[in-house]
Amino acid sequence: MEHETLGQIFIITVLSSNFVLAMFLGLCPFLGVSGKLETAVPMGIATSFVMLVASLCSYALNQLLTHFDLEFLRLIAYIAVIASAVQLVEMVMKKFSPALFRALGIFLPLITTNCAVLGVALFQTARDYDLAQSVAFSLGGGVGFSLALILMAGVRERLNLSNLPSVMHGTALSLMLAGLLSLAFMGFGGIGVAR
Amino acid sequence: MSSQPLQASNMEQLLEGIWKQNPVFVMALGMCPALAVTVSAFNALGMGLATTFVLICSCTLISMLRRFIPREVRIATYIVIIATFVTLVDYIIQAVSLALYEALGAFIQLIVVNCIILGRAEAHAAKNPPFSAMVNALGMGIGFTIGLFALGSVREILGAGKLFGISLFGDQFQPWVVMVLPPGGFFVLGLWLLFFAWLAKRKEAQHGA
Repeated sequence: MEHETLGQIFIITVLSSNFVLAMFLGLCPFLGVSGKLETAVPMGIATSFVMLVASLCSYALNQLLTHFDLEFLRLIAYIAVIASAVQLVEMVMKKFSPALFRALGIFLPLITTNCAVLGVALFQTARDYDLAQSVAFSLGGGVGFSLALILMAGVRERLNLSNLPSVMHGTALSLMLAGLLSLAFMGFGGIGVAR
Repeated sequence: MSSQPLQASNMEQLLEGIWKQNPVFVMALGMCPALAVTVSAFNALGMGLATTFVLICSCTLISMLRRFIPREVRIATYIVIIATFVTLVDYIIQAVSLALYEALGAFIQLIVVNCIILGRAEAHAAKNPPFSAMVNALGMGIGFTIGLFALGSVREILGAGKLFGISLFGDQFQPWVVMVLPPGGFFVLGLWLLFFAWLAKRKEAQHGA
């Protein structure tokens, strides 16, 4: 029973309530980095990693804050944890892959202000998930975010080759595409809920 | 972001946020709350006002403290200041309107990571005196609220046939349910952006001729 619920949380977060396409979290990097496939993949992985770290830390923090009756500090504490996790990822990436570090540029520190990351922490608190459920939720969130980013990058790479009216270029077009992807993801609606 | 922030008068600065640099339609910032909460005009207004409040308070405070904040830790400082005001707003909304609080949910707390606020703090408040920062923040806040309201009202009218919960078209109207679902948010915002891009293009063409 326990395992089934974890699986359900994971599948639901990846597909039917995908972070980007159904809950509108993390749209800035989604629109900003999805231009090319080769930056979309590492961005997805980096964000997923930060999400996992942030989820674990914020779970521990929430226990601590609840114990000392300091819930009003929750938001500030979460943000501090996320900022440190991003700093960590940034340092690791700079050491092991400087080229990638430069390619992601400003979007790497901006993971701090990615609502998807803070969203994971806040939603898992709001839904009272235990540790295992939080991990499943954050993994699902990360995979879902990467999936949306990669799908979008693929479509946009193809679109660069097509002939469009010049007004359509830029964010408006990306939003229309995101709308279509979101419609497609709504088709997953029934998965994991039944039973 | 603005081309000559020092020379521009206060009125111009106010208008800049509302129209020329409208955060939603022109700069495409703060999309996440813009799409997530705008299923109805009422939610959109609530979110817009909450964001405006946080924007004004944090920009004013940051501007007052701008000489005391070391450059190296400025982003962390800004975030903590913003998070403080968001916590405040969170509790205020919970006290004033529980219905709105439940409708907006975690998105009130997500105001912290709204790029508009950090962007304003970094681009304007950190370099200008408090009053100018306040005016600029007010303009941006109003612009953001207008943007949200434009999205929310279109989505509510098409998706539910209502505005502020008042039925507009009578019983025969078949609501476009898709408009209040997530894809509708993307479509409506995409169309608004398209409209503004078209306006800008037309103006450009007129100037050229």
